[in-house]
Amino acid sequence: MNPFFHIGRYFMLLFKVFKKPQNFRVYVRQIIFEIDSIGITSLPIVAIISIFMGGIITIQAAYAIDSPLVPLYVVGFTTRESMILEFSSTILCLILAGKVGSNIASEIGAMRITEQIDALEIMGINSASYLIFPKVAGAIIIFPCLVILSMFLGLVGGFIMGVSSGACTAYEYVFGIQAYFMPWKVGFSIAKCITFAFIITSVSSYYGYYTSGGALEVGRSSTNAVVYSSILILLFSLIYTKLFIG
Amino acid sequence: MIAIKNINKSFGERQVVKNVSFEFTQGKTNLIIGESGCGKTTILKMMVGLHELNSGEILYDGQNFPLLNSDGKQEIRKKIGMLFQGGALFDSQTLEENVNFPLDMFTDLTKAEKLDRVNFCLQRVQLEGKNKLYPAELSGGMKKRAALARAIANNPKYLFCDEPNSGLDPKTSIIIDTLIKDITEEYNITTIIITHDMNSVMEIGENIMFVFKGENWWAGDKTKILNTDNKELFDFVFASEFMKTFFKK
Repeated sequence: MNPFFHIGRYFMLLFKVFKKPQNFRVYVRQIIFEIDSIGITSLPIVAIISIFMGGIITIQAAYAIDSPLVPLYVVGFTTRESMILEFSSTILCLILAGKVGSNIASEIGAMRITEQIDALEIMGINSASYLIFPKVAGAIIIFPCLVILSMFLGLVGGFIMGVSSGACTAYEYVFGIQAYFMPWKVGFSIAKCITFAFIITSVSSYYGYYTSGGALEVGRSSTNAVVYSSILILLFSLIYTKLFIG
Repeated sequence: MIAIKNINKSFGERQVVKNVSFEFTQGKTNLIIGESGCGKTTILKMMVGLHELNSGEILYDGQNFPLLNSDGKQEIRKKIGMLFQGGALFDSQTLEENVNFPLDMFTDLTKAEKLDRVNFCLQRVQLEGKNKLYPAELSGGMKKRAALARAIANNPKYLFCDEPNSGLDPKTSIIIDTLIKDITEEYNITTIIITHDMNSVMEIGENIMFVFKGENWWAGDKTKILNTDNKELFDFVFASEFMKTFFKK
């Protein structure tokens, strides 16, 4: 199908999603549920990946700057810059696009093919808003928390690996992660992850919402959700980087 | 009362509903019967607004549903209860939450009042005490009854049932049919049922429309259906040897 068809239909869906909620109290409850479902259940994978990535970046940085001319605190500095600028926002969101995006697309897709969305519509409920708005809002609230946690755990992972492998001393690492720190970069990373949270939830919901057919199509929607969310995340990461950094 | 007037629907080149008109009576079980693929479900989906019609009128107590704006449609939909073929219960919610859902969305009842209403509806469909079960833990018949409880939770004025007893054993089918008929009479609802089950037709068919190839081919009630001269209806009703033998045709 023509991409303009999808783009047009996506924005028309967003228009329905952001219509005035029918029952604010129910929506608040749904948002809290989605924060748990999208964010809290992602904590283990975020923690594991961040600690390991922090460790890996530290070892690779130490290996790459194996020169007496470069001070060893650069290992900590490199780990911090990599985690804050790219890993904790972009790479983490790519991983979450796989976990959260496929989950959303298959959940809404299954609701579509089992007529649960039709049931909502017939009850007089704006199904797009009821199903999608809490997911978008929940992700926008919880993703920045996950990103900040990821930055912290990545730096901890780097510290553990850097010190235990002898790549640098504890003092050098801690000095490195404090050196030339610019707080706006954390804000930049959070702004990126809010954009990515919106992309993941809305694009995945779009593919789920317009699923038709059976189980095979639900699987296809889930795959499309992950593929297109990932492409858009990379595209917007590039745009953000170009606009704010270089 | 609901009336449809000269409704038409095409999917691409294929016209699936042709100039169908009918009046569905309040307080009675109105049946739309016909072979699989004859256009029954399309008619029902047009009536509730899930499919747009190409032409014609769908009148809910005189209001032409397709011409209403989205707020007007939503107001009518709040008066509709629908029992889907597969139940369409929300998988992530318990039975209690499913039945409570329309009450939560559209009423200002207190928590206790809502729970009372949920318990009443579950008791009405003989599912009392099953509040905390999830749809995956229910049998096919229980799912249909639970969906019926959800459909009547908000005191609907119109009840639509899409093949309410498909996939059920004859005993459970009769329970569902009887429940629908009782609820229709008790609350004076306009009930529209799609079915191709002759047991249901003979059990609850008070006002029947037979659809053949997308057209309203015959209309009447269950007393007239067995003595019909209409060839297509005759073939539909007496398709089985049992019906032919039992009714000596």
